[in-house]
Amino acid sequence: MNPTKPTPVHATPHRVSYPAFLWRLASLATDGKLPFYAWMTLLTALTLVGANAWAHQVAGGMHVTGMSDHVSWGLYIANFTFMVGVAAGGVLMVIPAYLYRDKKMHDVVIFGELVAVAAIVMALAFVVVDLGRPDRFWHMLPGIGRFNWPVSMLTWDVIVLNGYLFLNLHILGYLLYTRFLGKPPDPRWYKPFVILSIVWAISIHTVTAFLYSGLGGRPFWNTALLAPRFLASAFVSGPAFLILMLYAIRRFTPFKVEDGPIHTLVKIVRVTAILNVFLLLSEVFTAFYTGGTHSASATYLFFGLHGHDALVPWIWTAIALNVTAAILFLGRRALTHPLVLGAACVMTFVGVWIEKGMGLITPAFVPSTMHELVEYAPSLAEWKITVGIWALGLMVLTVAIKVAIPVLTGQVTYTGAPAPARADAPEPAAAAARAEEAGMSR
Amino acid sequence: MTDEQGRPAAGGDGHDGSIWDRRVSRRTVAKVGAGMLGVAAFGRALAPLTEWAESLSMDEFLQRHYKELTPEDMAAVIARVEAETKRDYGADVTVTDTKAQDGVQFGYALNLSVCIGCRKCVEACHLENNHDRATNNSYIRVFEMDKGSLDFERGDATYDHPVPQPDKFYLPVQCQQCDNPPCVSVCPVEATWKEQDGVVVVDYDWCIGCRYCEAACPYHARRFNWKRPEIPAAEVNPNQGYLSNRIRPQGVMEKCTFCLHRTRQGRLPACLEACPTGARVFGNLLDPSSEIRWVLANKRVFVLKEELGTRPRFFYFFDK
Repeated sequence: MNPTKPTPVHATPHRVSYPAFLWRLASLATDGKLPFYAWMTLLTALTLVGANAWAHQVAGGMHVTGMSDHVSWGLYIANFTFMVGVAAGGVLMVIPAYLYRDKKMHDVVIFGELVAVAAIVMALAFVVVDLGRPDRFWHMLPGIGRFNWPVSMLTWDVIVLNGYLFLNLHILGYLLYTRFLGKPPDPRWYKPFVILSIVWAISIHTVTAFLYSGLGGRPFWNTALLAPRFLASAFVSGPAFLILMLYAIRRFTPFKVEDGPIHTLVKIVRVTAILNVFLLLSEVFTAFYTGGTHSASATYLFFGLHGHDALVPWIWTAIALNVTAAILFLGRRALTHPLVLGAACVMTFVGVWIEKGMGLITPAFVPSTMHELVEYAPSLAEWKITVGIWALGLMVLTVAIKVAIPVLTGQVTYTGAPAPARADAPEPAAAAARAEEAGMSR
Repeated sequence: MTDEQGRPAAGGDGHDGSIWDRRVSRRTVAKVGAGMLGVAAFGRALAPLTEWAESLSMDEFLQRHYKELTPEDMAAVIARVEAETKRDYGADVTVTDTKAQDGVQFGYALNLSVCIGCRKCVEACHLENNHDRATNNSYIRVFEMDKGSLDFERGDATYDHPVPQPDKFYLPVQCQQCDNPPCVSVCPVEATWKEQDGVVVVDYDWCIGCRYCEAACPYHARRFNWKRPEIPAAEVNPNQGYLSNRIRPQGVMEKCTFCLHRTRQGRLPACLEACPTGARVFGNLLDPSSEIRWVLANKRVFVLKEELGTRPRFFYFFDK
């Protein structure tokens, strides 16, 4: 590649090599073959549709949504909740890789962190589009605005979501940069952050659950089971997405994804999928056996109330998908037949999206706190904006994977010479694993 | 890694070339072109935002929180609000910012035995508080309830027939001005708070429109401005309070303030004045000779959803 003799990397100051790193990433992010450009063009077009719909919503008012004073949160907050779960689910690759020192998982753990970043970007975008006055966003900045911390759970959520985003960006950036330089990463610079990110991942979904479960006026949310349920469902939808993504990486990129990490994720999801259904059953039992006013929302959700039943097909679809997926995960073929596993992942991903989204947010508002029955259905504008944010998230993820793989595999380095591969650990984060072992044995 | 930081980049030029002096290829030109196209497309897509931004003033954008405004700031803000009301609605209005008085704690009571469900209070609220005409908004909802039950699940706020019906009673609900208001706790930016006289208010120029308070309120007392309110100039109530009935901007929360622009100046709430049966009792809870104190002492009063611990200042009672 480079005919001149490579200079020792450690001789270059970071102020030279770091911009070079970013420049290389930028050019990697925009280089590709026709399918890549077609995919990115499609995502850009969808994002544009969403951006335009959002601009109209801000300018003309949120009456373009299907929301009302009775159902004041809808599709945006539903997707926000779901995306926080996907972001938290990434931790199920980090835990095996770092706490259980699963070498094979270590090789692909970085993709879990990439998903977390894309999911958090989406979660934050869903909050922003739900604001009536996004121009006043600065009112929430600590120091400049008035940040109602620690009383408002929303301020906690702002802290944990942004914190999780920066933690993951730091870990990813540091590992990729050192790999780019061809140096072993210094455990001191990422190990503590990885451990912190594990705790932090749990916290983002816990805090998000507390947003809802702390509201005494909404019995449907006001249950201590909400945070555990959120985590259980996150640990289903997260790994499901990660498995699908690892399949896609194996199929569309030169990166070698082994079966080991996929099987580990299947083993995790075998437990969490059942746990998720179990926790749902516990909620259902309490609501219906007790009965009375407190079961009104659950009745509306599962069976319809006084002739209003917009959510009934949704929730039963979700239950059917989640139960079928749980059974498929348990079967032997989940480990041997990629199609079966893929189908189970898609099913449970959609199932949790419904259950954690429309199935969790809307029923808390129907009936309203004064027991008025006003139903909600997302408007076209809401669907456009939602699709736009999904496209944006997929764009972030695509670009992130696109730039990460050549760096991880050592094809793109500062010197231009391919980085040496390790014999014991097949590829990318091998250097990280080595450094980590050194750190652990101290 | 820090030990390399300061060292000169010996022979750095040699390999820098591999990174930096990449030829400006056709592909690079295409990339830059596509990038510019993309930026232009986003500019077009977001064009409605720029038009909308033109209708907002920089003063409003930079305005501080209500509690941080000096009297001079407040005078400027009020002048701006009055001018914008003239510009946008064609109405000459006077905006006041009457502060809470010491020794005053407002309370409200409602006699369910005499309320006939005529919704005169609803209409009075609509007119007094400059509500959106298109949605016929009001801070009060009247529930038609089955006699023999206080279960709101069997209540109906959308009845449309002559009142009172013989087997029903009527229960108006508006902001309960809780002493422990969940809506205030959840607000991420302190845009809503409880005033010294017990009224929960919203700074319409600080609210970001997240509607968390609307989710938190157990009484469905809060309203969101889903679009810019529409009111003909002739119908605008010109007597406006900064924290109460001035015309609200689009995209922010609003709520009942016990008509503080009236009550802090010694008048009664519009809903009370409109009531034909005298069902409503309003006054200072700290004044032992007030009618509200007499009601609390002599009637068996109750509050809505007492089990939630919100401690409402709005009391209900039956006479017979």
